Amino acid sequence: MPEITRDEVAHLATLARIDLDDAELDHLAPQLSVILESIASISSVAGDDVPPTSHPMPLTNVFREDVVVPGLTAAQALSGAPASEQQRFSVPRILGDEQ
Amino acid sequence: MTGKSDTLVAWDDVLASYDPALGLEVHVELNTVTKMFCGCPTEFGAEPNSQVCPVCLGLPGAMPVVNRKAVESAIRIGLALNCEIAEWCRFARKNYFYPDMPKNFQTSQYDEPIAFEGYMDVMVEGEIHRVEIERAHMEEDTGKSLHVGGATGRIHGADYSLVDYNRAGIPLIEIVTKPIMGSREKAPLIAKAYVAQLRELIVALGVSDARMDQGSIRADVNLSLAPVGTGALGTRTETKNVNSLRSVERAVRYEMQRHAAVLDSGKAIFQETRHWHEDTGVTTSGREKSDADDYRYFPEPDLVPVAPSRAWVEELSGTLPENPREKLDRLQADWGFSDLEMRDTVGAGALGLVEETIAAGAAPQAARKWWLSEMARRANDSGVDIAELGVSPAQVAAVQALVDAKTINDKLARQVFDGLLAGEGTPEEIVAARGLAVVSDDGALGAAVDIAIAANPDVADKIRDGKHAAAGALIGVVMKEMRGQADAGRVRELILEKLS
Repeated sequence: MPEITRDEVAHLATLARIDLDDAELDHLAPQLSVILESIASISSVAGDDVPPTSHPMPLTNVFREDVVVPGLTAAQALSGAPASEQQRFSVPRILGDEQ
Repeated sequence: MTGKSDTLVAWDDVLASYDPALGLEVHVELNTVTKMFCGCPTEFGAEPNSQVCPVCLGLPGAMPVVNRKAVESAIRIGLALNCEIAEWCRFARKNYFYPDMPKNFQTSQYDEPIAFEGYMDVMVEGEIHRVEIERAHMEEDTGKSLHVGGATGRIHGADYSLVDYNRAGIPLIEIVTKPIMGSREKAPLIAKAYVAQLRELIVALGVSDARMDQGSIRADVNLSLAPVGTGALGTRTETKNVNSLRSVERAVRYEMQRHAAVLDSGKAIFQETRHWHEDTGVTTSGREKSDADDYRYFPEPDLVPVAPSRAWVEELSGTLPENPREKLDRLQADWGFSDLEMRDTVGAGALGLVEETIAAGAAPQAARKWWLSEMARRANDSGVDIAELGVSPAQVAAVQALVDAKTINDKLARQVFDGLLAGEGTPEEIVAARGLAVVSDDGALGAAVDIAIAANPDVADKIRDGKHAAAGALIGVVMKEMRGQADAGRVRELILEKLS
């Protein structure tokens, strides 16, 4: 049975930029384990004849042509931004490096 | 940048103790009219956030659709690199939090690249080195951040950042080599030659602007050292965004010397990204490299698999440019270059430039001469790649046409190049504005020849006695008198006529 450790939850929280304190980790780690176990029960009904499937529809090669479609104006694009400056989205100080 | 500078080991000592393993990841920004997954335009230099839509901004509910032309370019790049083309492959989400990707993931490919298992034969100092290609996969570019505040404009110390998403979603092809082993002292040159040849291939395919200075081709250099002769693979560092051919060579050399110093001192190399600093020629520590696990890749549910039919692949393979090695042989035969001349042309990264100059009307030897002497020297003096010097093949051909027409000579042509680099207009305009035209008018030349003969009676006597080689001395006097602007051939004729 899959089990997620407290350390793993802490690591995932860091990757997802979610600030969890010790109490929250204690509380959430067992809950996540239960969720994983529930989902894992699906494996028990999947036989060897069922390949892992990422898409429910047997479609391939859905393309569009390389033709410009009008998008948003800069004003529209920035309209939902909490802050903007010089026609750009303003974001808090970035601590990490680019990926 | 950190304040302390790295300790480096002398180059010969690096090679005495260690073998390098080299790997290159090259990102090619495609020149499609629209983005990878939406119909936004991809024009360079547009107003910030003017080429965006719900898809590339990652707004809720927006659905991506793959650009057929981008897939076609990816397949053609794969075929040109002798790769297998996947019969079926998927996109994947690479999850990370960073403001340059508004979706909080980059749509990329993970374990199912569109092209894999290829190679490119790279010529270094007349020898062929086969560079194995592991994969070429499709992905999207990120937005551009502007860091505000702090002293340096760099990310560290900035107060906040401003993001422009025009570039987010532009199609990229990432081409990854297998580790290049056994390159020894040639590692820096092989790295540079690989990127140079890859760039020429991309130009020939016509799939990208291929401008390293504008970031449409970006190279990451992976490097590790292992004790000499063991054949082992050491821990690698990944030096990001090495954006000129010259820097590729320098970054490999620098990292080899830096790794050796760390290892010599008994410490270990950490797997990390390094930043290349073009101005100072050093790398500095970036972040610790995430494990692939941390990106939590999974198949992109919003895009269906790409399954290129064999008929399509076959059709695209019919559109490939000439095989690079066959092309080299053909050009050498057409141009009448010696092996050495050909090797030097390739080595200087000037093959495409010479080819275009000849296509623009210059004789092959003249084209070669200008690029490999004059332009190579100027590029070296200014520390840039020869292709980025700022003189175009068409301009070199135009200058040579003026030489051919005897309007100017080689010496004056150099002044025309000065004018071109200073942005003074076309070669013809520069000749006129600077008054550079050669004087071939017999009246003016004859007078200068008479003065030279009168001033050098001994030399004149020798010529009268039939020693025509002595004419050179008088030609020199005339040229000096006319500030280099005399038609030397006509001067010689006049001297011999007057002294016969």
